[in-house]
Amino acid sequence: MFPELNNLLNTTPDRAEQGKLTLLCDVKTDGSFLVHHFLSFYLKANCKVCFVALIQSFSHYNIVGQKLGVNLTMARERGQLVFLEGLKSSVDVFFQAQKEPHPLQFLREANAGNLQPLYEFVREALKPVNNGEAAWRCPVLLVDDLSVLLSLGMGVVAVLDFIHYCRVAVCWELKGNMVVLVHDSDDAEDEENDILLNGLSHQSHLILRAEGLATGFCRDVHGQLRILWRRPSQPTAQRDRSLTYQYKIQDKSVSFFAKGMSPAVL
Amino acid sequence: MLDLLAVGGLVLLRDSVEWEGRSLLKALIKKSALCGEQVHILSCEVSEEEFREGFDSDVNNRLVYYDLFRDPLNWSKTGEAFPGGPLGALRAICKRTDSGPVTIALDSLSWLLLHLPCTMLCQTLHALSRQDVCPGDSSPVRQVRVLGLLHEELHGPGPMAALSSLAQTEVTLSCTMGQASAHIHCQRPRQRPTHQTQLFSILPDFSLDLQEGPPPESQPHLDPHTPPVDPMAHLTFNLRLSNKEREAKDSLTLPFQFSSEKNSRLYCTLGQVRLPVTSSMSQMLMMTWTKKTQMTT
Repeated sequence: MFPELNNLLNTTPDRAEQGKLTLLCDVKTDGSFLVHHFLSFYLKANCKVCFVALIQSFSHYNIVGQKLGVNLTMARERGQLVFLEGLKSSVDVFFQAQKEPHPLQFLREANAGNLQPLYEFVREALKPVNNGEAAWRCPVLLVDDLSVLLSLGMGVVAVLDFIHYCRVAVCWELKGNMVVLVHDSDDAEDEENDILLNGLSHQSHLILRAEGLATGFCRDVHGQLRILWRRPSQPTAQRDRSLTYQYKIQDKSVSFFAKGMSPAVL
Repeated sequence: MLDLLAVGGLVLLRDSVEWEGRSLLKALIKKSALCGEQVHILSCEVSEEEFREGFDSDVNNRLVYYDLFRDPLNWSKTGEAFPGGPLGALRAICKRTDSGPVTIALDSLSWLLLHLPCTMLCQTLHALSRQDVCPGDSSPVRQVRVLGLLHEELHGPGPMAALSSLAQTEVTLSCTMGQASAHIHCQRPRQRPTHQTQLFSILPDFSLDLQEGPPPESQPHLDPHTPPVDPMAHLTFNLRLSNKEREAKDSLTLPFQFSSEKNSRLYCTLGQVRLPVTSSMSQMLMMTWTKKTQMTT
């Protein structure tokens, strides 16, 4: 995890809130560093993590995780991490006989109506077990990323329903947290992706938006991060708080600074 | 804004990610409940505990809650799902038999619009909001008010226009001069549409605190379908001066504005000729005159 990002969010693994939905989005840049941050954050917080990884392989996340101080292989072996490797599992759907519905069953079906099998997988992975295993702090669902589900043919309402049911199970019933990544198509006029992004924004308690610089590529400033705290059910007397910082991604950390205050230009 | 509760029919609360509308919906629900009305709530987006949070027992006791949050599509197969799904829940509200003024809150219309055909939803809303007329029934006419929360970024112009045509009142939430504001567009039958902007804030107990609005000449005629843009939203500097800053600015003497004393010091006397010159030019002339004088003597 990135300590500077923890400072901006005013949180630590010991003081992680519960029952929250965090939305990560990126536009004109790669926001996957936020996924790696929250994966290592919640593993270090001793939470049970279900990671639906549809974009990269397990070894990719493991290599980056080791730079951030977590070992995904060991976490998986001790039962703290349930990892759905989408790239590998999608092949299993086609070439292996399935006795039970596969989480990615929708890839086989011509008119896949919903993502209920994927929801059942998440629910099963995070349900509390009482067989003498180490008690984990709270369950966490991490999804990287939801936009690819639209690309694979799912409708936006089906994806929103999947997140709705995950919110009910993870955030409301189990008092856990969810972190999901959605790409912002910006001027590509992808209506379904915009509905997905806006629909999730209305449900989120925290929105982290990584944006590329309007002026283009810069060696010393890789982008800017907008942080928006929301209270979907709280009075507007307490206004939602918003911060914007620029950042530079290094080998094992990310440094954040106020706009125009990069150490390279001071 | 409290006039919204005085009329029946459909009231659309249009919010956005930046300006959420659930707190205003809860404030209006609280107002209705404290007026003695029965309030029916169809909740699709938040849990019952989260929705009731902040209401005291006087309000909570008057709420009839229809929970579509826990299992709206019957995925759990536990029998806890609402029979008939979203449409069944709406029809259950239509069939209620309570008398007296009623407020029906839909949280949210956006969720219903994403899961039901627009025409079916509009027909149901029309039936809900027109239940003040009971044909063939001798019971007194009762006032029905439907409050619908709508996330305007989620829908295209067609469904938005359809819902707008059904609504008697549209409230669009945004920001005016850094303050939460509601742009209210009322369209009642056989009356001219009215526009109004109201600044407000909602207190922690969901009481509505109305503030004095902006001066009438500064209120633009707003199209309720386009969100107003606040030019001061993201400025990193102040556009206005306080009274103290203005006085300091007015009393400041600028370097190129000369007082009469300074003016007279800059005049250079060359023989009997007085020439108004700048200080650097006067120095140059003095040096030239001094040299010339030295050369001739």
